Amino acid sequence: MRTIALRVARYRPEDETEPTMQEYEVPLREDWAVLDGLNHIKDHLDGTLSYRWSCRMGICGSCGMTVNGEPKLTCGTFLTDYAPGPVTVEPLRNFPVVRDLVVDISDFMGKLPTVSPWIVDSEDAAPAEGEHLQTPEELDEYQQYSMCINCMLCYSACPVYGLDQDFLGPAAIALAQRYNLDSRDHGAHQRVDVLSAADGVWSCTFVGECTTACPKGVDPAGAIQRYKLTAATESVKSLLMPWGRRSDLPRPSGADQDNNAWSREVR
Amino acid sequence: MAAPARRTRAEPLLWLLFSSGGVVAALFIPVLLLLFGVAIPLGWVSTPDHAHLLAVLQHPVTRVVLLGLCVLALFHWAHRFRYTLHEGLRLKRLGTLVEILCYGGAVAGSLISAYLLLWAW
Amino acid sequence: MTSYQPPMSLFWWLRRRSYFFFAVRELSSVFVAWFVVYLLLLGHAVASGEAAYREFVEWSARPWLLGLNLVALVFVVFHAVTWFRLAPQAMVVRVGGRRAPPLWVAAGHYAAWVVVSALVVWVVLA
Ligand code: SF4
Ligand code: FES
Repeated sequence: MRTIALRVARYRPEDETEPTMQEYEVPLREDWAVLDGLNHIKDHLDGTLSYRWSCRMGICGSCGMTVNGEPKLTCGTFLTDYAPGPVTVEPLRNFPVVRDLVVDISDFMGKLPTVSPWIVDSEDAAPAEGEHLQTPEELDEYQQYSMCINCMLCYSACPVYGLDQDFLGPAAIALAQRYNLDSRDHGAHQRVDVLSAADGVWSCTFVGECTTACPKGVDPAGAIQRYKLTAATESVKSLLMPWGRRSDLPRPSGADQDNNAWSREVR
Repeated sequence: MAAPARRTRAEPLLWLLFSSGGVVAALFIPVLLLLFGVAIPLGWVSTPDHAHLLAVLQHPVTRVVLLGLCVLALFHWAHRFRYTLHEGLRLKRLGTLVEILCYGGAVAGSLISAYLLLWAW
Repeated sequence: MTSYQPPMSLFWWLRRRSYFFFAVRELSSVFVAWFVVYLLLLGHAVASGEAAYREFVEWSARPWLLGLNLVALVFVVFHAVTWFRLAPQAMVVRVGGRRAPPLWVAAGHYAAWVVVSALVVWVVLA
């Protein structure tokens, strides 16, 4: 049987201060992804190897690792593409490594809820009777951004996040836009403070690597630039018309019929 | 947020200047630099007549266009270079100093351009 | 919980090709600023009379300056190409309520580039 070498990063904090590499030979099979190689190691060669995975079909977003230097979903990255090897498997970059291939994701988990990634109902409207109707065009506006599986490959690819972990980051901003651009949502004004803070969209320098890394075609880089344009247009408007509505302040409920103006702006 | 609100509020405007500067720089600078920096010195094209260039330079439309180009291009530089220093050289600690240098430079350059293009020439 | 996270090195932009081209793109701004200086020097020479203008043209043919301008040209062309290539990602253009295909947006930008360049050549040389 043909085999391929996997060079896997090991880190056991109880007895080493820095990660080391360990090499394993695994079967090279046509239908095996890098994750299958890791599972083979865990089941047959070395039960102490730690890593995350669940769905094995690119849906759960838990198997992200650095494969030959690139952030990848290991369940969707095939060993044959790297033959004859060796294949280097490291934990996702830009995150603290907890053990072997497992990284600490609490930073991202803490950031997600700050952008209210859910549909915010209009404050003055009564709860919707029946279903919210949406046209295919309205769905088109945000659908791409709704494909995110929170795999954090984009954070791993982003040098801005690597340099400054306060940066809100690609997926969180794309997710905010996913709701801002949704015709059923009325929460754009409650996301604006986080998004247009210095650590929000303005930290981004459009390196574009998040979009390259994303396995789901989300294009977080595009989402961020589009939001910059919206925020800039909005702030010029409030400069030219200082007596007008200040859109970046939360409004008391019922004060404004058109509290969806922020999201309309980008449509 | 760590940054003072004042700076955050300036951010959208600085970004707008940066973007407009990026557009005009991309549209105008390559051809101008090709002409005056390379083609004319190397004799690829005959050196334009002085009287003609002077007439062009003193035309009101040219003045406005060139002033716009200079100001926006300088703010484009200031913004990008600020981020380059922050990230490329990891100078984020010196944030305020870098910002004063970059945007201050752009303001000074803009004033010089305005003086030259609107009064001196 | 102990964890390991190496700090990003000062030379992070050498780690990947795409990071390197990003750094080049960002550095193009230095040459944009240099061009403004060069343009003002040129304008000043033209405004100061025929002799000063001749002198400027001779000066611009000095090897070091020519070299500098050639390098600057490479950088500003790189700036223009990357700027127009990324434009459709950053802006959504609507034609009659529909989102214009990104390729059109980019093509529009490149077309504008050609038109402006031709116009400038015509004004300067005609
Ligand atoms: S935007 Fe893409 S790369 Fe980033 S977390 Fe979502 S799916 Fe993963
Ligand atoms: S295991 Fe679920 S995305 Fe790879």
